[in-house]
Amino acid sequence: MSTSRIDRRFVACAAEGRAALVTFVSAGDPDYDTSLAILEALPGAGADVIELGMPFSDPMAEGPPIQRSSQRALRAGQTMAKTLAMVRAFRAGDRDTPIVLMGYYNPIYSYGNEAFLADAAAAGVDGLIVVDLPPEADDELCIPAAKHGLNFIRLATPTTDDRRLPAVLANTSGFIYYVSILGITGTASPDTSKVAAAVARIKKHTTLPVAVGFGVKTAEQASAIGRTADGVVVGSALVNAIAASLDGDGRATASTVGAVTGLVGELARGARLARVAAAE
Amino acid sequence: MTAAAPNTFRAGPDERGFFGLFGGRFVAETLMPLILDLERAYEDAKKDPAFKAELEHLNTHYTGRPSPLYYAERLTEHLRKDAPAGKGAKVYFKRDELNHTGSHKINNCLGQILLARRMGKTRIIAETGAGQHGVATATVAARFGLPCEIYMGATDVERQAPNVFRMKLLGAELHPVTAGNGTLKDAMNEALRDWVTNVENTYYLIGTAAGPHPYPELVRDFQSVIGREAKEQMLAAEGRLPDTLVACIGGGSNAIGLFHPFLDDKDVAIVGVEAGGHGLDVENGHAASMNGGRPGVLHGNRTYLLQDDDGQILEGHSISAGLDYPGVGPEHSWLRDTGRVEYVPATDREALDAFQLLTRVEGIIPALEPAHALAEVVKRAPRMDRDRIILMNLCGRGDKDVFSVARHLGVSI
Repeated sequence: MSTSRIDRRFVACAAEGRAALVTFVSAGDPDYDTSLAILEALPGAGADVIELGMPFSDPMAEGPPIQRSSQRALRAGQTMAKTLAMVRAFRAGDRDTPIVLMGYYNPIYSYGNEAFLADAAAAGVDGLIVVDLPPEADDELCIPAAKHGLNFIRLATPTTDDRRLPAVLANTSGFIYYVSILGITGTASPDTSKVAAAVARIKKHTTLPVAVGFGVKTAEQASAIGRTADGVVVGSALVNAIAASLDGDGRATASTVGAVTGLVGELARGARLARVAAAE
Repeated sequence: MTAAAPNTFRAGPDERGFFGLFGGRFVAETLMPLILDLERAYEDAKKDPAFKAELEHLNTHYTGRPSPLYYAERLTEHLRKDAPAGKGAKVYFKRDELNHTGSHKINNCLGQILLARRMGKTRIIAETGAGQHGVATATVAARFGLPCEIYMGATDVERQAPNVFRMKLLGAELHPVTAGNGTLKDAMNEALRDWVTNVENTYYLIGTAAGPHPYPELVRDFQSVIGREAKEQMLAAEGRLPDTLVACIGGGSNAIGLFHPFLDDKDVAIVGVEAGGHGLDVENGHAASMNGGRPGVLHGNRTYLLQDDDGQILEGHSISAGLDYPGVGPEHSWLRDTGRVEYVPATDREALDAFQLLTRVEGIIPALEPAHALAEVVKRAPRMDRDRIILMNLCGRGDKDVFSVARHLGVSI
């Protein structure tokens, strides 16, 4: 496969001797305009890869922060068409930062798989993470996505043993997302020594970059994980920052965008410090 | 959309867990290895005579199977009164409401807890809507000495107070779920989140013939005891099979349990009754996913779902907490599309009327769930000839619903 925007970005971060910072926000949280402003500010704040959540009413693998984020976006009228429009608007001003859409299968299936893949590729989406599509369902979306030049990023978890890992990796491209805990997003914090062992185990089976997420909240954690992983994913902490910035009626305030970019800046410094610390 | 009729309707699912378009295994990677383990464990158990023998022993001595087949003579006569001359089918009930714990749910719970024990799991979780499955799960967990945690929507906790207390008495820990509308779908999301977190020691005892493969298959198999018994009992009572089967559909486990053994008996008409709530024309006012929804993917399977234009899942509504689920077991979706089973709605009002009718005419207080099936029997029996037989699954008793029925009737007790 020819190199994608995602491939190029991980290569560039590796060349700088650091892990990539992968940031998650839900599209349309807390409203379309504010969400687009956050999206446009993320690369400048230090995000290397953007995961943009496609809001879903029933996000089974998410903890309360991302559940609430998804609900805020839906209440504000977010739809799949608006999420794709948001990517188009972002892409008009940024040709380099990879965007990965993350979510659940039903809103995609409802949109129509082929129409979704065509529209996502045309909007400037680079990859997809669909939580409830395991490798057993690759014919649904994963293989068709490759035909549209979209990376399909698979989650590997602590329950993905060496016997199963090749199946998980088979049609994966872009990067591997290692889920560092047994559980849902934004709850327990990962044990960094176990994460390092897991990353090493996965790397025996693939040359793809390995990004680690679920439970990463602080610059210190980002730094610790960034010592061994190729990328660090932060989501719940960012949507919590959005939530904390809203007014009493749940509306965006003048501080909402800054709350996210401020935290992303800290996390980026953490991710950058990782290899410096490791080298010392 | 009607697919070509297959040679048999009883061969599904395929090796990937599909009934035609429906079913499958749409779950997060964390759960996938466990789902595959469960499938192996179930395949293994099916071949083990000791597993079958233990389940049959429990069915007989713990649950009280076989449940009776009952000719509802007074109801039959009542429905004939206003029927045209020569009309008014004989109405029979399969009385699974007489089971230990008061519904068909125990059939499935006993089967699954034996599987959990086989797999070495030490903790049981479940979701519940009306509380019938929660009570049945808490019951078998007590019987087998395993800790049990139940997820129940906060709205349902409120409208099913007697079952909530029963579960606590049985030693289960109850988690009210406030996410979403606080009903069955939200309880299922939370149970799945618990499972992802505690996957190593926990068995998720799903209450209906839905969810990722192999759940729809194994729940159906454990519930099929209903239909197997009914077939034998009807042959003994009438010397022939019934003309029509009727059962209510939430997730559809009691229905598939009755229907499955009859699916290849081409002369038996089969009718599933969905919760029509306030009426199918009321937006988000019903829980009839096959009459008012379209195919989608939720909770591990592809099936008919109540959803908006953007693929967001709707909550649905029914007077019955056991029926207001936005999806349905995938095998029902397939039986709908193949045309083998007809699915019709019954409204809250019709169910409430049927509930009161059965209570007065037969001295049986049905659960609100089978009251929906009864509403269809009340419509259908008077249109059928007198020598016809209609068999309805009376899958639960109504003790749990007495308080909420009083509220709907404006009576304070």
